[in-house]
Amino acid sequence: MDILFDVLRTAIAPSTAAFALAAIGLNFHFGLTGLLNMGQAGFMLLGMYGFAISIQQGWPIWVAILVGLAAAAIFAVLLGWPTLKLRGDYLAIVTIAAAEMVRFLGRSQSLAGLTGASSGIRGSDYKAPFEELSPFPDAIVNIGPFSMHGSRSSSWWLTTVTWAIVLLCAGLFWRLANSPWGRVLKGIREDEDAVRSLGKNVYSYKMQALIIGGVIGALGGITWALGNSVQPDSMGRPTTFWLWTLLLLGGAATVFGPVLGSILFWSSLTLVKSLASAFIPSDVLAPTELEPFSLVLVGVTLMLLVVFRPQGVLGNKKELAF
Amino acid sequence: MADTAFVSVPHEPGAAKPDPILIADGVTRRFGGLTAVKVDHFEVQRNTITALIGPNGAGKSTFFNLLTGFDQAQEGEGQFNGKPLRGMPPAKVARAGMVRTFQLTKALSRMTVIENMRLGAQEQPGENLLRAFAPPLWKAREREITEQAHDLLHRFKLYEKRDDYAGSLSGGQRKLLEMARALMCKPTMVMLDEPMAGVNPALTESLLDHIVELKEDGMTVLFVEHDMHMVRRISDWVVVMAEGKIIAEGPAGTVMANPAVQDAYLGAHHDTDLSDLSLEDDE
Ligand SMILES: Nc1ncnc2c1ncn2[C@@H]1O[C@H](COP(=O)(O)OP(=O)(O)O)[C@@H](O)[C@H]1O
Ligand SMILES: [Mg+2]
Repeated sequence: MDILFDVLRTAIAPSTAAFALAAIGLNFHFGLTGLLNMGQAGFMLLGMYGFAISIQQGWPIWVAILVGLAAAAIFAVLLGWPTLKLRGDYLAIVTIAAAEMVRFLGRSQSLAGLTGASSGIRGSDYKAPFEELSPFPDAIVNIGPFSMHGSRSSSWWLTTVTWAIVLLCAGLFWRLANSPWGRVLKGIREDEDAVRSLGKNVYSYKMQALIIGGVIGALGGITWALGNSVQPDSMGRPTTFWLWTLLLLGGAATVFGPVLGSILFWSSLTLVKSLASAFIPSDVLAPTELEPFSLVLVGVTLMLLVVFRPQGVLGNKKELAF
Repeated sequence: MADTAFVSVPHEPGAAKPDPILIADGVTRRFGGLTAVKVDHFEVQRNTITALIGPNGAGKSTFFNLLTGFDQAQEGEGQFNGKPLRGMPPAKVARAGMVRTFQLTKALSRMTVIENMRLGAQEQPGENLLRAFAPPLWKAREREITEQAHDLLHRFKLYEKRDDYAGSLSGGQRKLLEMARALMCKPTMVMLDEPMAGVNPALTESLLDHIVELKEDGMTVLFVEHDMHMVRRISDWVVVMAEGKIIAEGPAGTVMANPAVQDAYLGAHHDTDLSDLSLEDDE
């Protein structure tokens, strides 16, 4: 029973919602436009830094959010400008490298005054303005089997806000994907030259998609930071890899695929971890090996899923399968 | 089939036309050491059907790419409907009214037939990001577009397939879809790169009819084709390319009787059935 609650708690956790957001951003890139962004973690990290540093400067929370999102938009323009005219793999290579550069820059001592270098920025340094907006009590609140703080860190307040943003962004995806604008992006995903031959400015559309998806990624980063802390190494290449996994798991090019994918991914990780620690004796599997072991197991399961249901859980096989 | 516009046009490469819609001058495209296209002068008469023929590797597709902005010539100038083509990106060429299809069909496989068609339409305000949020701004235009698409799909016998994914169509149906989609742009000139390749004979007939209809609707057609029977049946004027150059021009019968043309074909593929190049004009 405890295991079940653990799993459910993970399913509704703000971090799960934050990953769903970043995956919705990736869905704009890949599901809709076919762009291979291999550095979504970099967009998240920029959102986190932009937000946390702005708050530390004493700026209002809405300015801090805008700074985080603008940082991601500028990053998208810088990455897209030289690569979107070239073949798709150039964007992939450049985004991998650029995301790593953001992380290294975050770790570097030269900016330690702003970023805290490799130890990052403590949550208590930037969470207060958000937590002060909370209508929930400043204490532990029990709702059904769930027990969370009302306002602090991974709270009911943050849970409510992040899932509301997830719904909003899923709605945004639905509206845009089902508009003539989204149709042009799908055409680009299928064959850029065909779309050019029909008189559309492909470069401009790809840039718009890259910016929108990156900004939503930054939003995911900000919400993630509000439940955790700003840590450059928490947003490395594995994060981007997980985002891709959960997008493909849920179903690319669908409205709720990234959301379902995030819930399934993190819940099954918790499930495997709980089961392993409950049933595998610690002399066979040390507690420190639990996390890597669970990731491997989840990875294998996902591989099987992709083999047997390549379109993901919600996807349409005719539209997007791997 | 000869069009009266050509009565005074000499049967020689680079001949000037009375009312050219498309002009290319001194166009050269080299790939490394290979000169793929070297066209001294080329004109297409407005509202006619012109065939561009020549053996494989003659440079026809490359020439198409240069004219439509998909490739850039090292030298030369082009003009479409009075507008200079130099440096014009492909999307702009299309918006100017010159729309092309591709030798290797580019149906958008994971989109439905009707969505393929709608994508071809111009002036849909909903293709703008901000307006996309407000359906009242684009729904009316979407209805017009859909109606236009249905008409074309009926004409191209694809109406029943409108909700199928384009990837599920046969090769010939994809060619038809690509051509119908190009017409959604309401072009003034249509450039078709091997529209008949891979299309089964039953469909070829209707495809030929469609091309003739385009002319009747006031459009200009330039098409690349291998099959001489097809060329002979629908084209008003034939331009022959070999090794990047235009080697002959004229009505189908005259051009096919030209020894230089026969040499080019025989030199290129020895297995060509001579009857395809038959000297007598059978029409
Ligand atoms: N992108 C390219 N790079 C190098 N060579 C090319 C390229 N495109 C075409 N060619 C060469 O240019 C010549 C003309 O090709 P193409 O225009 O496709 O001929 P056609 O359409 O008449 O069969 C061929 O020799 C071909 O190999
Ligand atoms: Mg060709």
